[in-house]
Amino acid sequence: MMRLFPQFATLTERLPEASSFAPRVDGIFTGLLIASAVVIVILTALTLTFLIRYRREAKVNRSAVRIATWKLETAWTAGTTLVFLVFFFWGASVYLDIKRVPAAGDADEINVVGRQWMWDIRHPDGRREFNTMHVLVNRPVRLLLSAEDVIHSFFVPAFRLKQDLVPGKTVDAWFKPTRTGVYTLFCAQYCGTEHSAMLGRIIVQSPADYAAWLAGDWKAAAAAARNTDHDLRSSGRRLFQQFGCSVCHDPDAFVHAPSLVGIYGQRVRLSDGTFVRADDQYLHDSILHASRQVVAGYVPMMPSYDGVIPEPDVLELISYLKSITPAPPAAPPAASP
Amino acid sequence: MTSYLAAGSSVRSWLCTLDHKRIAVLYLFTVTFFFLIGATAAVLMRWELLTPAGNLVTSDTYNRLFTLHGVIMVWFFLIPVVPTVLGNFILPLAIGARDVAFPRLNLASWYIFVSGGLLALYAIVFGGVDTGWTFYTPYSSTYSNSHVMVMAAGIFVAGFASIATGINFIVTVHKLRAPGLTWFRLPLFVWSIYATSIIMVLATPVLAITLVLMMLERGFGVGIFDPHLGGDPLLFQHLFWFYSHPAVYIMILPGMGVVSELVTCFARKRIFGYKVMAVSILSIAGLGFLVWGHHMFVSSQSVYAGLVFSLLSFMVSVPSAIKVFNWIATLHRGSITFATPLLYALGFIALFTIGGLTGVCLATLAVDVHLHDTYFVVAHFHYIMVGGMVMAYLGGMHYWWPKISGRLYPERLARAAAVIIFLGFNLTFFPQFILGYLGMPRRFHTYPQEFHTLNVISTCGAAVLGVGYLLPLVYLTWSFFRGPRAGPNPWNATGLEWQTDSPAPEHNFRETPVVTGPPYDYPPL
Repeated sequence: MMRLFPQFATLTERLPEASSFAPRVDGIFTGLLIASAVVIVILTALTLTFLIRYRREAKVNRSAVRIATWKLETAWTAGTTLVFLVFFFWGASVYLDIKRVPAAGDADEINVVGRQWMWDIRHPDGRREFNTMHVLVNRPVRLLLSAEDVIHSFFVPAFRLKQDLVPGKTVDAWFKPTRTGVYTLFCAQYCGTEHSAMLGRIIVQSPADYAAWLAGDWKAAAAAARNTDHDLRSSGRRLFQQFGCSVCHDPDAFVHAPSLVGIYGQRVRLSDGTFVRADDQYLHDSILHASRQVVAGYVPMMPSYDGVIPEPDVLELISYLKSITPAPPAAPPAASP
Repeated sequence: MTSYLAAGSSVRSWLCTLDHKRIAVLYLFTVTFFFLIGATAAVLMRWELLTPAGNLVTSDTYNRLFTLHGVIMVWFFLIPVVPTVLGNFILPLAIGARDVAFPRLNLASWYIFVSGGLLALYAIVFGGVDTGWTFYTPYSSTYSNSHVMVMAAGIFVAGFASIATGINFIVTVHKLRAPGLTWFRLPLFVWSIYATSIIMVLATPVLAITLVLMMLERGFGVGIFDPHLGGDPLLFQHLFWFYSHPAVYIMILPGMGVVSELVTCFARKRIFGYKVMAVSILSIAGLGFLVWGHHMFVSSQSVYAGLVFSLLSFMVSVPSAIKVFNWIATLHRGSITFATPLLYALGFIALFTIGGLTGVCLATLAVDVHLHDTYFVVAHFHYIMVGGMVMAYLGGMHYWWPKISGRLYPERLARAAAVIIFLGFNLTFFPQFILGYLGMPRRFHTYPQEFHTLNVISTCGAAVLGVGYLLPLVYLTWSFFRGPRAGPNPWNATGLEWQTDSPAPEHNFRETPVVTGPPYDYPPL
């Protein structure tokens, strides 16, 4: 049933509790839901009873009830206030833990810069990722959030974590991922044209996978690629993933970026109305200085990779781009077991 | 006596009228026009959200649509609708006055409102604004490439209409009550309009100041909010919400007043706990000024500010909860007729309760961290604003329609419309609570595939809701020309407005009524 109608899967199936405080937030929310359901059931039952029993046609006793109004008023005012206070303290106690960022030594520190419309993620050892953040499971992460232009908001639903990035200041936040997997990072604060495309992925890895990823950071990976891959094309494909190009340029990516399938040799229309042939020089310049020649119909949002991608790697990327051509029609997906 | 409608039919007799009832009708046409514009934007947005990809309009257009929807619905429909239409028409009648205290100021308010509206329309027609109705800086002041200045100027101007109307109503309630109409004999509708007016007078100037500061930064590079110019982006949020949270109560308090009238009339009973109801209206108006920081729990404001604002937000929900209990208690041992206005009132109570309970979820700090800026918030405030206020407005419009038009509306069709609106509303907005908990952020032109089904349900609901809203527009227009005559008091309601002819005469009463008893003095059953 669940497999046929995935939309009816339970909330926790669709939204995993992947951080240390996610189950606690869900606990409060469940408490609120139960309390609300009780209130709604009681009020609905009373209202329906009164509506039916005291409809005009009914022959019932309608003489005024002799009770002191103030007693009822005091009772339900006090009751409501008490229940509210319980939820206030419950919510505040978890909030304080969400806001209590671990000290620098107890957590991995990651800098996150929000920029229209991408996430620029820098690890302390100089590794840099775009729209992707690799972290180690069960190890607290301390985020140092800043924004270059407007306000953005770092929102990972699976972690129940949200924190605005405010230009002009550095805000910290933290989380401890408790489950391996890939979780969506949204920008929750409206930030302009491509706000809904400002997406990223948090990749929570087991120690072994994380170590492998660490070992394969871009310099080493590039070197390794040159040694193990048979040709520039395959190492270029690997770099295409590593530098985050695929996050935007894959045909099925969330971000609105030109597809690069079959790009080589095509005539490309630019936003200033001119045309250019997608030759080696064009691809080279577009990787390093994307904003100089913007494809018509697209927003200049790709960052400059000048000084980020070493020249040999650019050449490998170009070889890869030359090699990708439109795929043959996909085979029908295998029936799920 | 001549009815106010028969007192003149030239364009001049309408555009230069000083009669509060005719000014109310001018407002009725104006806010209905703005409602239709805002609703059109909503239809286009729901249509776009039918599929995860952005394939109906571009991102820039979508961002302009939700900004248009928010700005128009908040400032040119929800805030003015009940005070300026029902308030203008009924308030003087309900307190036994010939007019409001300052009739010329009243007419001037309408012209100011229309001027603000024209500026907003200019901004929309010549390219639109893409900042969202909240105008958060530094996006609005530095980065947005749209007609922010004109739109902000429009809202700035319209704000003065709010202030003038507020002052007018405050003075009217203080000075023009009929003999014997003491404060605790006032109908709750009058109390609610009075409390709303106080908020309008105290809060709107802060909005005006905020918008002027934002425009100074955008137009002249004066550094106030943009950190690159030495400003602080959060300052804008504090100032904006210091107005805009009380504005939420401008939008809901009049609705609470209307519903109190409807429930008592169709249960034929005094309201349960009259004084508690009046005091809770005032305490909501007061506490409403102290909770703005709950819009900023994840903005990086201090943790201690978060704690205080959370506690105060819980406290402001207490009087709202009490009002719901009192309305339901009023039904007990009444004699209930299921007339259209009561259906709207019951719809209001149900939707307001859900909106209130989800508001409590959002006041809970840790839960708000997850839900903030998601569709959960969108659903929550639509339950209050649309489920609450628009239901109350339509209920009040049906209730006082005989007084306004002198006619009755087709009862069965009207009941059907009320039910369609209630169902369509829930179908549209309930799925958005789930979408929000699953993590769909608001103001998203495109969304991941996993949110598709719930968005389709929501869009279907919007279609039903659209039909529901068009029905009253059609049959009330028909009723105005062809409906059966209503007579002075078709509902056998108490209240001074029902003691005079329908439609109300030009100068309201033959002689000033004298009040000798409490409000809602229905005979014992």
